Amino acid sequence: MKDDKTTRNGTNRRKFLKMGLLSGATTVAGASLLANLASEEELKASGEKIRVLTPEGKMVEVDAESINKYPEAHITPKESRKGIPGRKFVMVIDLSKCKNARTCVESCQKAHHLDYNEEYMKILLLQDHEEADPYWFPKPCYHCDEPPCVTVCPTGATFKRDDGIVLVDSDRCIGCKFCVTSCPYSVRQFHWSHKPKFDDTSQPYSPETSVPGEVGTVMKCNFCPDMLRQGKLPHCVSACPMGVIYFGDKNEDMVTNGEETVRFSELINDRGGYRYLEHLGTKPNVYYLPPVDRQFPLERGFDVDEDIIERYKDVPYVQDMKEKGKI
Amino acid sequence: MDIALRKKELVKEFSPMLLKPGKWSKIWTAILLALILCGLAAFVVQVTQGQEVTGMRDNVVWGIYTINFIFFLCLSYSGAFASGVLHFFNTPWKNAVSRIVEIITVVSLIVGPIFIILCMARLDRLHYLFIYPRIQSPITWDVIAITTDLIGCLLYLYLTFIPDFAILRDNSEGLPKWRKKLYTSLAIGYRDTPSQRRRLHKITKIMSAMVIALAIVTYSVLAWIFSLTLQPGWNSTIFAPYFIVAGLYSGVGVIIIAMYLIRKYFNLDHYIRKAHFLSAGVILLITALLYGYFTFSEYFARWFSHKTHDANLLDTLFNDYFWMFIFANYIGILVPLAIVFFKKLRSIKNITFAAVIAVVGLWFNRYLIVVPTQETPYLPIQDTRPEFIHYSATWVEWALSFAGVATFVLFFMLLMRLVPIIPMSGVIDYEKKGKVRRNGLTQQQQS
Repeated sequence: MKDDKTTRNGTNRRKFLKMGLLSGATTVAGASLLANLASEEELKASGEKIRVLTPEGKMVEVDAESINKYPEAHITPKESRKGIPGRKFVMVIDLSKCKNARTCVESCQKAHHLDYNEEYMKILLLQDHEEADPYWFPKPCYHCDEPPCVTVCPTGATFKRDDGIVLVDSDRCIGCKFCVTSCPYSVRQFHWSHKPKFDDTSQPYSPETSVPGEVGTVMKCNFCPDMLRQGKLPHCVSACPMGVIYFGDKNEDMVTNGEETVRFSELINDRGGYRYLEHLGTKPNVYYLPPVDRQFPLERGFDVDEDIIERYKDVPYVQDMKEKGKI
Repeated sequence: MDIALRKKELVKEFSPMLLKPGKWSKIWTAILLALILCGLAAFVVQVTQGQEVTGMRDNVVWGIYTINFIFFLCLSYSGAFASGVLHFFNTPWKNAVSRIVEIITVVSLIVGPIFIILCMARLDRLHYLFIYPRIQSPITWDVIAITTDLIGCLLYLYLTFIPDFAILRDNSEGLPKWRKKLYTSLAIGYRDTPSQRRRLHKITKIMSAMVIALAIVTYSVLAWIFSLTLQPGWNSTIFAPYFIVAGLYSGVGVIIIAMYLIRKYFNLDHYIRKAHFLSAGVILLITALLYGYFTFSEYFARWFSHKTHDANLLDTLFNDYFWMFIFANYIGILVPLAIVFFKKLRSIKNITFAAVIAVVGLWFNRYLIVVPTQETPYLPIQDTRPEFIHYSATWVEWALSFAGVATFVLFFMLLMRLVPIIPMSGVIDYEKKGKVRRNGLTQQQQS
């Protein structure tokens, strides 16, 4: 078993190299490892030594046995407030490729133990103006640099981390819902009632996984920091069959959709990247590439369940299509 | 004038009000208690099953609890304002109404926050507001402002009660023993000596100015909870003054309604006179004009500049909420305005009717501020289950709302059983002053 894990991590690490994420991952490994060393008295030595980089930039040699612990390391609410050192996470969504396949939504729901009707990632059908064609618009949390939700939270249950992620600590949330009303992007949702899945304590609660949920608290997209700590991409990014979503680190100026890795600045500048509702001054960390040179016709997005189509019934375009009998 | 004798007379006059609950008051108490019990049942349902039993959902997360919260707080604010003004400027006709106003101030300030607590989903974590406070959050400002305001208003109310407690203590023949004891301890040794009187007068005057300031701060903070967000219908620079003017409007309305009911029920025609209704009517007229002006400015600017998101909001208001909009912002302003504007219409009954319209209209105005805005966010509501889009309050919310109103009335009735609704010390002060003035007049005539 242990060997299995090691090899799995080994392949992951090779992936980092590709993504240019190696130094950061080892940093994390080093950081959580040092914490482990400090807290735990007994550590079995395997004899094998591995070199890792500490957050201070020091190279240290540690036992290989300890390294394996980090992916499973439970990140407590207190630890989750710090963020992954040296990182500035950023997402780029290429609107020209989205066809409402909804795999991002589903993989996210599965990973965060959400119900069919709860979604951190929503897909909107937007139309910029009358002349423009409508387009599919995936909407995660924007993890703003000036997050209105964080400002208004009376207890600090929502917080902004050094790595740019905005998280919710359900243990601290009092359910006042001020953050829900203050978010201009309607990203936040609420656990209105208790559900049996909340009682599942097999996985200890961490704001980084947002699992298990708690009744009377808010929830939202969290950029999957538990995956990032393991050097993996967020679920929505790796699940998307079209490679619509790019994810990466602004400090390294690299983003990847799992297939291609590109320079963030080049992607944004060459393809006219923008942030939604820039004028609100919230400074989102999610960028969009305009829906030009579409890869799929819009109609492909209606290849979904009837009740999903029903969710777009107020969109003028959908009403139009329905009248013509095309949907 | 023999003051001691006059005190006795007054106690004799008012003690039936304190001691003998009439048949109607018993029936009313029973009805109110039944309503409160319904509310408690609803509360238990909400606590055990979570806020799923309310109409609030992901898009509209603040419902009529928030509206009631604003509504009761605005009563308190306008009560504080009115009573502060009455006391501070020593208004000649204040005696009959000042206590009504003060009780409204305090009772609504107790009932209001209950609603915002109901709006919070995790009551077991309410203390987090104090152990993990974040001063950046307007909610923290609100907690500080409301608690300060509550303490200030309770102090103020108590100060205005002290002389009457002393009178009741000194003339307690025939009162039950527990009442005697209660009045003795509550009067804290006030003997109405000149120095005590001077001090009490001074403190009351300072507090009367303080409660005005406190109320304005508290109500502005409440308005900022909305206007400091980025939402199209809330992010408005005039919200704080708008809320304050609107608060005054509905507050004067409730004062008029209370005056009417108390006058009718206790036959206090010689204390609460038509003059009081006329003066209150004039204030209602002024505040209606101000409130109408603010409402107009608020919507006119949105309509004229018609930014996309503002236009969407107005669309929602005029399509989904057309009749509510007409009632709240046209009828609720113009009808009271017309009634108090024309001299012929200014009867006690009409003014009270105008007040009822104003109060109900204002509640709906609050609804229009809170709910449609949340139904019209920046990004269109899509990819949501259909039952999550629109808000309509459930029986739990209504039951708790009516229980809140019932609690308000019940508290009011209980306080009226503790001290006479017409301040006896005020009556004596007024008569003393009247005498002095009459003496002055006769001396002038003699010379």
